[in-house]
Amino acid sequence: MARIKVIEEKCTGCGACVDACPFGAIRVEEMAVIDEEKCTLCGACVEACPLGALELEEVVRTGMDTSKYRGVWVFAEQRHGKVSGVAYELLNVGRRLADDLGEKLTAVVFGPIGEDAVRELIYRGADRVLWADDERLAQFHDDTYAGVLAEMAQAERPEIILCGATSIGRSFFPKAAAKLGTGLTADCTGLEIDKERRLLVQTRPAFGGNIMATILTPDHRPQMATVRHKVMKEAPRQEGREGEVVKWSPRPENLASRTTLVEFVEEVEETVNLADADIIVSGGRGLGGPENFALIRELAMLLGGAVGASRAAVDAGWIPYSHQVGQTGRTVSPKLYIACGISGAIQHLVGMQSSDVIVAINKDPEAPIFKVATFGIVGDLFEVVPALIERLKRRKG
Amino acid sequence: MDIVVCIKQVPETTEVKIDPQTKTLVREGIPGIVNPFDMYAIEEGLRLKERYGGKVKVLTMGPPQAEDALREALAMGADEAVLLSDKALAGSDTLATSYALSMAVRKLGYDLVICGKQAVDGDTAQVGPEMAEHLGVPFVAWVRKVEEVSDGKIKVQRLMDDGYEVLEMPLPALITVVKEINEPRLPSLRGKMRARKAQIPVWTVEDIGADPSRVGLEGSPTQVVRVFTPERRAGGEILQGEPEEVADKLVEKLEAMGVI
Ligand SMILES: Cc1cc2nc3c(=O)[nH]c(=O)nc-3n(C[C@H](O)[C@H](O)[C@H](O)COP(=O)(O)OP(=O)(O)OC[C@H]3O[C@@H](n4cnc5c(N)ncnc54)[C@H](O)[C@@H]3O)c2cc1C
Ligand SMILES: Nc1ncnc2c1ncn2[C@@H]1O[C@H](COP(=O)(O)O)[C@@H](O)[C@H]1O
Repeated sequence: MARIKVIEEKCTGCGACVDACPFGAIRVEEMAVIDEEKCTLCGACVEACPLGALELEEVVRTGMDTSKYRGVWVFAEQRHGKVSGVAYELLNVGRRLADDLGEKLTAVVFGPIGEDAVRELIYRGADRVLWADDERLAQFHDDTYAGVLAEMAQAERPEIILCGATSIGRSFFPKAAAKLGTGLTADCTGLEIDKERRLLVQTRPAFGGNIMATILTPDHRPQMATVRHKVMKEAPRQEGREGEVVKWSPRPENLASRTTLVEFVEEVEETVNLADADIIVSGGRGLGGPENFALIRELAMLLGGAVGASRAAVDAGWIPYSHQVGQTGRTVSPKLYIACGISGAIQHLVGMQSSDVIVAINKDPEAPIFKVATFGIVGDLFEVVPALIERLKRRKG
Repeated sequence: MDIVVCIKQVPETTEVKIDPQTKTLVREGIPGIVNPFDMYAIEEGLRLKERYGGKVKVLTMGPPQAEDALREALAMGADEAVLLSDKALAGSDTLATSYALSMAVRKLGYDLVICGKQAVDGDTAQVGPEMAEHLGVPFVAWVRKVEEVSDGKIKVQRLMDDGYEVLEMPLPALITVVKEINEPRLPSLRGKMRARKAQIPVWTVEDIGADPSRVGLEGSPTQVVRVFTPERRAGGEILQGEPEEVADKLVEKLEAMGVI
């Protein structure tokens, strides 16, 4: 059985591992002592030990023959017939990874999206598009999406498959990974190739962004990851770029879904949804009442952004839950996040602290939101926001 | 209807602090709580039982102290609880965890499995969907409402990025739930008493008939090779002045940075 081994001859009891352990599983009694009950074998201590006194005892993993797997795939998500922006972000990362490996980049796309949209995937960097152009894949269902993707991967054996960490991606991709019996790393914010070992180095936040973890899938293929939306840039467009389009006819059993769609109810009051927005303006309890969300909406509209909210505002019934940002709401990372009348409780911060630029408007100079704000404005939002709206209207002319 | 609710004990996020000197997580003496999303899963299980009859069984996989999480669910009104605990499970990633849980769920017997949307420690949201695959049952993630259960079918609303979808599927099935679905109840005094006295069986890998090579570190395709603290955002600049002045300054700065 696997465990962390303390090499007695080398350990001086310096305690570097105690500090490094995210799980409080190590104490020093002359030497490091591992509490196996708490240890998750994450390896942080092994990394931190300056003396090489800790070792993760070798484990024999039941892997597969990895040499037969080649090429990088990205799943190009479409919704209501339109390819999502996240697909172009994946093509950008995928292109870099494929080049580092000296392999081809394939975009996988499901449903009748039309020749133009398929060509666009090639303009954005795909060498090849694997297209399951079937009406039954127009609507997202976990059974069909996971089934068809696994079927393709079993036949063609890519070494890497990436998917957006969207509502759709985070639902069916784990199912596909389980079908393929391989590992999956969720919600990655960094992807690199370890060229020596031909491995995908996946970095992702955990504990609400309080720690980062680097994860490998050494002995299983494909290496699969979902990638956080809006962290990577969209691939540049090269009109006229050439590539191959391969139509895929899925096996009939993979086109049958056990879930059936009864209806879809569109529920975005603004024109942009939180997941896609480059700019988000959020309101909290400081707004004092539902009617004051009009201010937030107006500011968001002027900036072409979406409206977010703190849990306090949602719980008070001022705005629907789909707008909630934070631990029990959505995680967002737009280019600009403007928090109005939000104190910045840790549960809110974990949902938005990876935004590029954060603006906080709050009348309490001690509010924790100022600790993460790029620009802080200490003042009454009922004065500052209208002034901002006026200023932006003038700018638009 | 037999309902199995899968819950996980996680460290309280509010308490997860970074030591300013060592820049690592301080976890000493941090209380374990039931993963917040799993509270909604428990509550939904209880509500469905109240509507349609049956039993609510809670299951957790974790170290011995994870038993506390199960007692909390019992106090809320769950009928049975099982702790899946075995050293051989340490180091399990989502594939191995979901496999082990699926074996325990089979042994418990079920018409519906309810999971939280995600656990707030690992933040993966993968265990639910992977478990559905191991069990071979249909599933829907991000459920914000169970509309009804009838004729061996369940009808639910799934929260999407652009609205919600109403979906139907046959039982047995698995769902993962979001916060919007309900408001978890507080445990009653009687419930607490019952929970304190309850005997909680502990199952091992052998008890659930799991293949030992598919659990623990050995059965986990992913490997965490490094854990580190991200660079903290430095607190920025405070803009001062009358509202009109700060509005001007802010717009200028945002324009200069190219974000608007
Ligand atoms: C398990 C769990 C999960 C949670 N998940 C989430 C989550 O997902 N998302 C989330 O947001 N929260 C979450 N919370 C709640 C979180 O702890 C806070 O309670 C919440 O974020 C507070 O919202 P708020 O900042 O709007 O309200 P408050 O904390 O009340 O802050 C209001 C702020 O507005 C300021 N203000 C008031 N009037 C004005 C004015 N006129 N002008 C300017 N400023 C003004 C005040 O100074 C204050 O700082 C969670 C809590 C728990 C326990
Ligand atoms: N160790 C565990 N024991 C029981 N249930 C779990 C465990 N890990 C995850 N789950 C369930 O799976 C959901 C998603 O967890 P995760 O994939 O870790 O984000 C949780 O909300 C739980 O319902």
